[in-house]
Amino acid sequence: MAGSSRFEFERDIAEIQNQIDRLRTVADEGGLDVSEQLAELRGKLDALKEDAYRDLTPIEQVQVARHPQRPYSLDYIERAFTDFVELHGDRLYRDDEAIVGGWARLDGRPVMVIGQQKGRDMKENLRRNFGMPHPEGYRKALRLMRMAEKFGRPVVTLIDTPGAYPGIGSEERGIAEAIATNLREMSRLRVPVVSVVIGEGMSGGALGIGLTDRILMLEHAIYSVISPEGCAAILWRSAEHKDKAATALRLTSRDLLQLGVADEVVPEPAGGAHADWDAAAAAVREALVRTLTELDALDADELRRRRWAKYEAMGTWIEGPTESGAATAS
Amino acid sequence: MAWFRKEKKPLKPEDRRDLPGDVFEKCGACGEILYREKLAENLHVCLSCGHHFRIAAPDYVGILCDDGSFEEYDADLESGDPLGFADSKPYPERIQAAVKKTGRKEAVLAGMGTIDGVEVSLAVMDFRFVGGSMGSVVGEKIARAARRAEERNVPLIVVSASGGARMQEGIFSLMQMSKTSAVLGRLHEAGIPYISILTDPTTGGVTASFAMLGDVNLAEPGALIGFAGPRVIEETIRQELPEGFQRAEFLLEHGMVDRVVDRRELRATVAGLLHHMVD
Ligand SMILES: [Zn+2]
Repeated sequence: MAGSSRFEFERDIAEIQNQIDRLRTVADEGGLDVSEQLAELRGKLDALKEDAYRDLTPIEQVQVARHPQRPYSLDYIERAFTDFVELHGDRLYRDDEAIVGGWARLDGRPVMVIGQQKGRDMKENLRRNFGMPHPEGYRKALRLMRMAEKFGRPVVTLIDTPGAYPGIGSEERGIAEAIATNLREMSRLRVPVVSVVIGEGMSGGALGIGLTDRILMLEHAIYSVISPEGCAAILWRSAEHKDKAATALRLTSRDLLQLGVADEVVPEPAGGAHADWDAAAAAVREALVRTLTELDALDADELRRRRWAKYEAMGTWIEGPTESGAATAS
Repeated sequence: MAWFRKEKKPLKPEDRRDLPGDVFEKCGACGEILYREKLAENLHVCLSCGHHFRIAAPDYVGILCDDGSFEEYDADLESGDPLGFADSKPYPERIQAAVKKTGRKEAVLAGMGTIDGVEVSLAVMDFRFVGGSMGSVVGEKIARAARRAEERNVPLIVVSASGGARMQEGIFSLMQMSKTSAVLGRLHEAGIPYISILTDPTTGGVTASFAMLGDVNLAEPGALIGFAGPRVIEETIRQELPEGFQRAEFLLEHGMVDRVVDRRELRATVAGLLHHMVD
């Protein structure tokens, strides 16, 4: 598996995988029955995977969330949805391929699905700008959300970005305005909108498609106001301290659930989503179907009333002698 | 402008240093040595080159509001420490240092007042307080200012100055972008005017939420306004940024703000807009 060698905790897993592969080759060549040994090794492998991924440190969680073999938005769209028709462009400037979106069916029902999209190799990454959207990406996303609203269909967003692109064109064309407008307009949408953080949700670039009725997070996904590297560079004056920053920022799915920001953590298959894309997508699909069914019970006014109430309660502050803020309920 | 009746009065900036004989201040832009008193009378705009000095939140209240009309709200809101965050210093110590330095409990001063007779809900950010960074209290005070505007059916005015997110509040800091923008969504539907005034500097999450969402966005001359900081951009694209990049005039040219307004014209401009929108 390319790129996995940098994951300390994956080395033993790779070793056993090698043993399994060797045993299989030997068995095939010699016509031997090794099913017992194979079963034993597989058992060992599963136990090891579970162990390794149960107690990841925050910085290891960050590495898993950025794992180069992790499924990206289109991989989930392909597996958890059917009949995807991608729609392109913001109608103002160009098509930003760092955000993909279009009509799809989820368990048979039409939805608008929108996600930040990383590239799988250098060539694709140049096209997709490593999943870092320009203003056009956010404006395309908003156009698609309004289309969903027009036809009374729910919106699903998949969050996976190192951040909005910090470049000249991005600033010239109003990246801040694009994100801000999405936030304001998403708060007003008259249809259900659900986000799933599938990998790394970094800063305002992630949030630009993330103001939603429900926030789901994959088990090994992260969501943060700033990358641990960026935070360490500013507060510890060196990116070397990214492990400390990752811990301090409380950016894991478990943290966000505890802090009351994430509504649900979607469990990943043993060894992480990158170990089994189909299983990861099945888990996302199950969670989305269930969540949208819950939201179906609410009419547009009630949906919006609850969405506003949810976001207006976000945060913690001290007023007089007591601490308030709904999001502190943990 | 004839409808602009208020006499301009000298300001008493809260950040005035108490150094003995501190009667002069050097302009950071042109180097001119200026009399502090003359500078204050000129609303802290350089008399030689027009450079706009950074000023404190109460100064903007003095500039914008009719004399004696302003009443502060939510002054007692203070930051909690939701993450138990500590880098070289625990977060609560940083807050206490800022409280001591500014005499304010957080980076927003909010309340109700009138501008040329028009009642408004006003919120002003203070860059001196942890770089005007947005944590839960900043978000909550902006949200409450917007709700007051909504409940009383009066315009909302926000003066922004911010280095971005309050990292020490982690995800709660990020969520203040959603919170403030969501309240503005409701205000927008209620047909209530919102004027956003962007001052030096306004960057990060504040720009990418309430600061960019005015019905009218005004910017002070030369103000740095952007999403990413210039240093981050330079490191990313590995080239020097063009002269004037991310300055107020650049944003005007690229269609992101409605007007660049000299501080000495700010009150008159805001009053004029309000009369157009609510009279
Ligand atoms: Zn000067």
